[in-house]
Amino acid sequence: MRKLALSDEILMSIQQPARYIGGEINSVEKDLNQVDIKFAFCFPDVYEIGMSHLGIQILYDMLNQKENVACERVYSPWMDLDAIMREKKIPLFTLESQTPVKNFDFLGITIQYEMCYTNILQILDLSQIPLHANERGEEDPIVIGGGPCAYNPEPLAEFFDLFYIGEGETVYFDLLDAYRLNKERGGSRKEFLEMAAEIPGIYVPAFYDVAYKEDGTIASFTPNNSHAKPSIVKQLVMNMDETYYPDKPLVPFLKVTQDRVVLEIQRGCIRGCRFCQAGMVYRPVRERSVEYLKEQAKKMLAATGQEEISLSSLSSSDYTKLEELVNFLLEECGTKKVNISLPSLRIDAFSLDVMSKIQDVKKSSLTFAPEAGSQRLRDVINKGLTEEEILAGAAEAFRGGWNKVKLYFMLGLPTETVEDMEGIAELSNKIAALYYDEVPKEKRNGRCLITASSSFFVPKPFTPFQWAKMCTKEEFLERAYIVKNKVIHMLNHKSLKYNWHEADVTVLEGVLARGDRKVASVIEAAYRNGALYDSWSDSFHNEYWMKAFEDCGVDIAFYTTRERSLDEIFPWDFIDAGVSKDFLKREWKQAMAGVVTPNCRERCSGCGAMKFGGGVCFEVKA
Amino acid sequence: MKLRLKFSKQGYVKFVGHLDGMRYFQKAIRRAGLPARYSEGFSPHMIMSFAAPLGVGLESRGEYMDIELTEESTLSSAEMKEQLNAVMAEGYAIESVKELPDTAKNAMSIVAAADYRIFLHPDAVDSWEDFYSSFASFCEQPSICITKTSKKSEREVDIRPLIYQSRLEPTTRSIFLQLSTGSANNLKPDLVLEAFTKQTGIALPPFSFHVERLEVYGFEDKEMTRWKPLEAFGSDF
Repeated sequence: MRKLALSDEILMSIQQPARYIGGEINSVEKDLNQVDIKFAFCFPDVYEIGMSHLGIQILYDMLNQKENVACERVYSPWMDLDAIMREKKIPLFTLESQTPVKNFDFLGITIQYEMCYTNILQILDLSQIPLHANERGEEDPIVIGGGPCAYNPEPLAEFFDLFYIGEGETVYFDLLDAYRLNKERGGSRKEFLEMAAEIPGIYVPAFYDVAYKEDGTIASFTPNNSHAKPSIVKQLVMNMDETYYPDKPLVPFLKVTQDRVVLEIQRGCIRGCRFCQAGMVYRPVRERSVEYLKEQAKKMLAATGQEEISLSSLSSSDYTKLEELVNFLLEECGTKKVNISLPSLRIDAFSLDVMSKIQDVKKSSLTFAPEAGSQRLRDVINKGLTEEEILAGAAEAFRGGWNKVKLYFMLGLPTETVEDMEGIAELSNKIAALYYDEVPKEKRNGRCLITASSSFFVPKPFTPFQWAKMCTKEEFLERAYIVKNKVIHMLNHKSLKYNWHEADVTVLEGVLARGDRKVASVIEAAYRNGALYDSWSDSFHNEYWMKAFEDCGVDIAFYTTRERSLDEIFPWDFIDAGVSKDFLKREWKQAMAGVVTPNCRERCSGCGAMKFGGGVCFEVKA
Repeated sequence: MKLRLKFSKQGYVKFVGHLDGMRYFQKAIRRAGLPARYSEGFSPHMIMSFAAPLGVGLESRGEYMDIELTEESTLSSAEMKEQLNAVMAEGYAIESVKELPDTAKNAMSIVAAADYRIFLHPDAVDSWEDFYSSFASFCEQPSICITKTSKKSEREVDIRPLIYQSRLEPTTRSIFLQLSTGSANNLKPDLVLEAFTKQTGIALPPFSFHVERLEVYGFEDKEMTRWKPLEAFGSDF
């Protein structure tokens, strides 16, 4: 039996010791002395969050399929253990072999959201790896970042040796082969980085120089090493049936956030909502075949014993064989007592019928994401969901017995007016009124409950809104109060509930999302001030960040509320994510004109993703 | 078909809590492909009950759970045990599978007593001689009164009648205890040690010992006078 890195005394004095023991079903333990490459894979958040992430499950399985590679996992120690590890100078360890991360060849960190950036520094710090790539020596692991935030890696550039732009299934083995080759011939760290720089999709930040203009914007971004490519093309899987997907996902002991088998039915989204980064960078839409998914569902349920299966995609309703797949799952899962969860479904007769079969109508709620309160603004953001569609779906649902509806909105969208904000309250009120119209008194299961939630809009790289001016914290809160005030004056206000998101965090997300290399010092200073687990409201301390901005002399407004000109060089412009800057500009102008762009299946808008040679771009139009 | 499973929990899985342990076994039984019975409704749950929750950090050689199958098993007890052990995580092992009579009460409702062994670390005490003699005389007292504090009240309890057996085992530097267990009179081994250190002044530093549960017993009769190991209520098939 493995020896744990932590003593019983430590494990018994912290919350959820099972976070740190490993040994879960389907985890892979190899003899580290028998492999060529040791890869530590990290999700920089607490175990229960990290273990819920599909990407790591895919890459963990993929890397461990190679006999000469051992991939082990590491998550952020919770704050109780963090303090103990610092005090006792215990190096951060992987779960499988319980050995220090610093002894590995690679430390791969998936970067899923901006508010985990201080946790990345914690991981490096506790691993006893120098925070800055240029301070690392031959003995230190190669630190590689990937995931959606790698589409603007610049705020983190100095902390990483490499970034992997795109989907992990594609060039990892090329990268590992280069590493092995370099090691065999006694090459240096720098020589490896030069080899890596030539691999498609791999970005080595140290090999590029950034020059700034007087106004702080970028003057030039140029390679300083002959091995570095001027532009990094994102890598993506084109055949979704002949790629890696785990037959035997890990089964945690602890109840994690996503405690179920996850079936990823497709990547990308045809919709083209103008605020949505995922909808742009994962283009083109690529479906997995329904036969493949059926087979995979059976295998994964058998190998895990999980009691629930969930479909995963950006917009499940757009999967062309959804009915066939869902009917298969209903049958398969019904006999095996497996629950089905179907997020991101458009509310229509089909989805309501399915939902009434898999959940208790009286207890569950329906979710719509209109994102904006008025049709005008929904056209601006290209959210192809009309008020008629929402009301028709809600009416159908109310007749089917549902009486709880959740509505998701964003505040602070470009061009937003008071009418748009008040539209959130009005739409919520209309839905409530519909309930009382549609359902006769004797059939009502009490009052209906319409919960509207709004988050604050953060412009993201590689979206048409990457030029947009973001609101200040005060403007955000002012807008939330306008909605709140309108809600309480609605006729059905007793059936309405309105929540809004934290504004401080949103401002920081805005800085980090469109930040440049100058922001790195702020992240580090905030971390030194004590910032950690910033995505957890209990542990988020805005003052650590505000002090960091002040001490580093970095101006928040430069990154958030500043107007950007169409010819500005953005920090992420060296990445080729498929969608061209010309397309994004066109979309930005269309947005300002309030003109809707059809989805990929209706008409190609020439975004640029066709060059990858597959997916929806080459579907035979019905 | 009602089944009683006996299992052990050793090594690092001792840090898996009671509820997580139940979820672990529900999934394990599904992986083993046993036709377990489920509750009705939209989120069916496997019908499963554990005899006596084991605290986090404790190991055991004698844990019990009851489950039901929707059909008679085509496997023998031994085959089913093997099938389950093929899907266990390291540290968990199925020790026996027994069929219960249809009329059998579930394990939790009849729990009477449990055996524990407390292993002391080599440097836990200054003088082993003193320790053993003090512990022997501690257990020989007619009554051992301790103050039990709950959220609402403090009350005096005599734990002596709840210690059914105690035995020193110097060759392994351990103490064997059989303690009253179950919903009515539950005595935990660490409470015995706490009472001992309080009364004698012999300090046992935290983490200078570890506890293993060895067996859990259930009442055989309504009068609750006789008990036997929970697996003895069922039979092989």
